[in-house]
Amino acid sequence: MATTAEMPPADLLAMTSVAIDGEADLLRVRSVMRSYALQAGLGLTATTKVVTAASELARNILRHASGGQGVATFEEASSGHNRGVRAVFTDIGPGIADVDAAMRSGFSTVGSLGLGLPGSCRLVDEFSIDSAPGRGTRVAICQWAL
Amino acid sequence: MPDQSAIMRMGRDLLVILHGDLDDRTVESIEREVTSEVARTSARGALIDVSGVDVIDSFVAQVLARLVRMVRLLGAEAAIVGIRPAVAITLVELGASMPEVTTALSAEQGMARLRRMRADDSARIDHGNHR
Repeated sequence: MATTAEMPPADLLAMTSVAIDGEADLLRVRSVMRSYALQAGLGLTATTKVVTAASELARNILRHASGGQGVATFEEASSGHNRGVRAVFTDIGPGIADVDAAMRSGFSTVGSLGLGLPGSCRLVDEFSIDSAPGRGTRVAICQWAL
Repeated sequence: MPDQSAIMRMGRDLLVILHGDLDDRTVESIEREVTSEVARTSARGALIDVSGVDVIDSFVAQVLARLVRMVRLLGAEAAIVGIRPAVAITLVELGASMPEVTTALSAEQGMARLRRMRADDSARIDHGNHR
């Protein structure tokens, strides 16, 4: 029997980029993240979690990156029959000197709750962070429908 | 008052309804507005209904918890009501579950809880006066 499992779904959304340089962009990030999550068939809870994680990561860029600027890119992901969303948050800010410390709840250099990175990590299926002083920060998250 | 909110008076309580997507500036302006409205109307309680809010991230949660503390400092009770189940799950996993904040499933239950808290308070005061 022929199978189409190896073929990506025909209705995968193309990649979208959102420039982050002001508070209004938080709403855009949430809204684009939500459309991708819904398009990929994520349930309400998985959608709410990934949209919240995206909001935390976009706010991190506003608070920490040089000039509060960065970029978020969104794309659909597929793996066999499973579909999901992937989002990458990149800035060319100062970078994080101690990534392990930044991933601990309650660690903050700006007087916030320090939940952004560790919290968003707990909300998604896949999370990776790449940062070094002077090189900026790149955080990738992925949430699957199944 | 921003478009994403409305304040209604119900007797001596305020019902604050939030809906839609709240950005940082909006939620902070709602915080100021509600605090001054509680003081202006000498409200005894404020219910903040978030059943129409899709996403509460750590910043919004932090401001809502701060708003509840401010209202209490003004001598009124405050509760957050109608948190959606998906939002509740998200807040717990995020680590921003606002443990010190009074909550209720709906505005109706929240109102009942505020009234019960006030009844307990006045019972305590009466008891104190008799001694």
